[in-house]
Amino acid sequence: MTLAEAIIARHAGRPVEAGEFVEVPVDFVLANDITAPLAIEAFRELGRDKVFDPARVALVPDHFTPNKDVRSAEQCRVVRGFAREQGLHYFEVGRGGIEHVLLPERGLVLPGEIVVGGDSHTCTYGALGAFATGMGSTDIGYTMATGRTWLRVPRTIRVELTGELPRWVMGKDLILHLIGLLGTSGANWCAFEFGGEIGALPLDDRLTAANMAVEAGATAGLFPPDNEVLGYLEGRAAREFDPVYPDPDARYAEVIEVDLGALRPLVALPHSPANVVPVDGLERTPIDQVVIGSCTNGRWRDLLVAAEVLRGRKVHPGVRCIVIPGTQELHLRAVREGLAEVFLSAGAVLSTPTCGPCLGGHMGVLGAGERCVSTTNRNFRGRMGHPESEVYLANPAVAAASAVLGRIASPEELSRREG
Amino acid sequence: MIIRGRVLLVGDDVDTDAIIPARYLVTTDPVELGRHCLEGLDPGFPGRIRPGDIIVAGKNFGCGSSREHAVLALKGAGIACVVAESFARIFFRNAVNLGFPVLECPELKGIREGDRIVVDLEKGEVTGDDGGSSWKASPLPPFILEILEAGGLIPWAKRRSHGA
Ligand code: SF4
Repeated sequence: MTLAEAIIARHAGRPVEAGEFVEVPVDFVLANDITAPLAIEAFRELGRDKVFDPARVALVPDHFTPNKDVRSAEQCRVVRGFAREQGLHYFEVGRGGIEHVLLPERGLVLPGEIVVGGDSHTCTYGALGAFATGMGSTDIGYTMATGRTWLRVPRTIRVELTGELPRWVMGKDLILHLIGLLGTSGANWCAFEFGGEIGALPLDDRLTAANMAVEAGATAGLFPPDNEVLGYLEGRAAREFDPVYPDPDARYAEVIEVDLGALRPLVALPHSPANVVPVDGLERTPIDQVVIGSCTNGRWRDLLVAAEVLRGRKVHPGVRCIVIPGTQELHLRAVREGLAEVFLSAGAVLSTPTCGPCLGGHMGVLGAGERCVSTTNRNFRGRMGHPESEVYLANPAVAAASAVLGRIASPEELSRREG
Repeated sequence: MIIRGRVLLVGDDVDTDAIIPARYLVTTDPVELGRHCLEGLDPGFPGRIRPGDIIVAGKNFGCGSSREHAVLALKGAGIACVVAESFARIFFRNAVNLGFPVLECPELKGIREGDRIVVDLEKGEVTGDDGGSSWKASPLPPFILEILEAGGLIPWAKRRSHGA
């Protein structure tokens, strides 16, 4: 069995095959300030008093927080009230962050587990070897009540990695490459399983790659948990866990080989994450804004790489550069280790953790005709604001270099020009 | 389950930001969401919807975020059903869970805006109202039909727990 099949089979208590419907117990369930209110309504409608296990439910206010207006404050009030009533994990502003950066950091999502979340990027936790997938609020309400869900066992697309990441190439480029190859629905009802030389990808890069599996339509994106993952979870895991690995004779729907060494920094042009081209050749694209953050690229290595490019340089006079660490802990670390100073003295804004501009919520919404290079995951029309605005998706190194030059640029071009 | 209605046509890859832009996600009221239904695709769209209309879409309808508000907006606007060449997984699931009829019909060709069609979920079939042309769809598995017929996952689960 593939990694996805093996995890589902263990939970179902019997072997499973791609395509079949199964009912399984769930190890962890989450929702955010947008999806939780509806999930709570569904939960109440079921007529239950208590969630199946409060230690296995997290509600994370991150989309419109710190609350951008009265109505988002009201939504958070409902979520906070329910979390208190039920004794759930709840991460208040100032002690939390973006759900998919936060929960791995707190050791709440673990290898071999089934995790369902009221957010499409729940697939991020596949980087830790969990079968994790996004669902809607009704599903989440049902799972909060019963601790169970129904799944259709996905077919598995194996991605066989070789080679080493070149400088300035990141997990973002690996996943953009795959989305460009398959299209936005090419992996519908499938799971990606990354294998081969996964050690060449640091954990933060794997989290980025798994995060955007859904942009190819995939149910999940999984990595077998290696020593880097097990080491990361030591002293951090909130529960005992038992990692699962694919069988050597697993059958895959498709195998795609990727030589990491041959990848270039990539950019997804508006208005589709599958509109992928190399950064080289886009030099004539002036921009108005850069966003570095989100559940895709708001982790430590992302901040570090962006700081490396911005250190001693200035954000272009025509550009607003907004840097958003994914969690309070990362924000604090950025202050302690001098990254905050790098960003601020370059002329960037350093924001408290929030999804904010990623979904056109607040903290950097775009106006008509404006262009943004963003490390986020979606560039649909109007995603970050006005329907006539444009979003270019890229890795943090490209985003930072573009902030300096005021147009889309690679860090290499930046150093060349400074010769 | 048989649904008759007038066709509203949309293209491929209609994402959830197009169905209901994120700026409206400060409410869960279907009627209010419905007023902005597909506004992200075309600001004039909500004004063209008449209750009972059927949306006929291309590939990958509902891709993007997991927001159930997308289904609520369609329901709130009075859309009776969506027939698409294919659906994004989470949208499909949400539709079933909220008792909103959806049918995948990969062969759908030649349907025009304003046509009247009949959608048979059990048989997996779409026919022109004149009875002339018909298209084969993938019939919904019994498990999914059961949830749809109950009116969604929650009524289905309640019925099950009462042993009815
Ligand atoms: S950062 Fe963006 S993609 Fe990630 S959870 Fe928040 S809104 Fe969704």
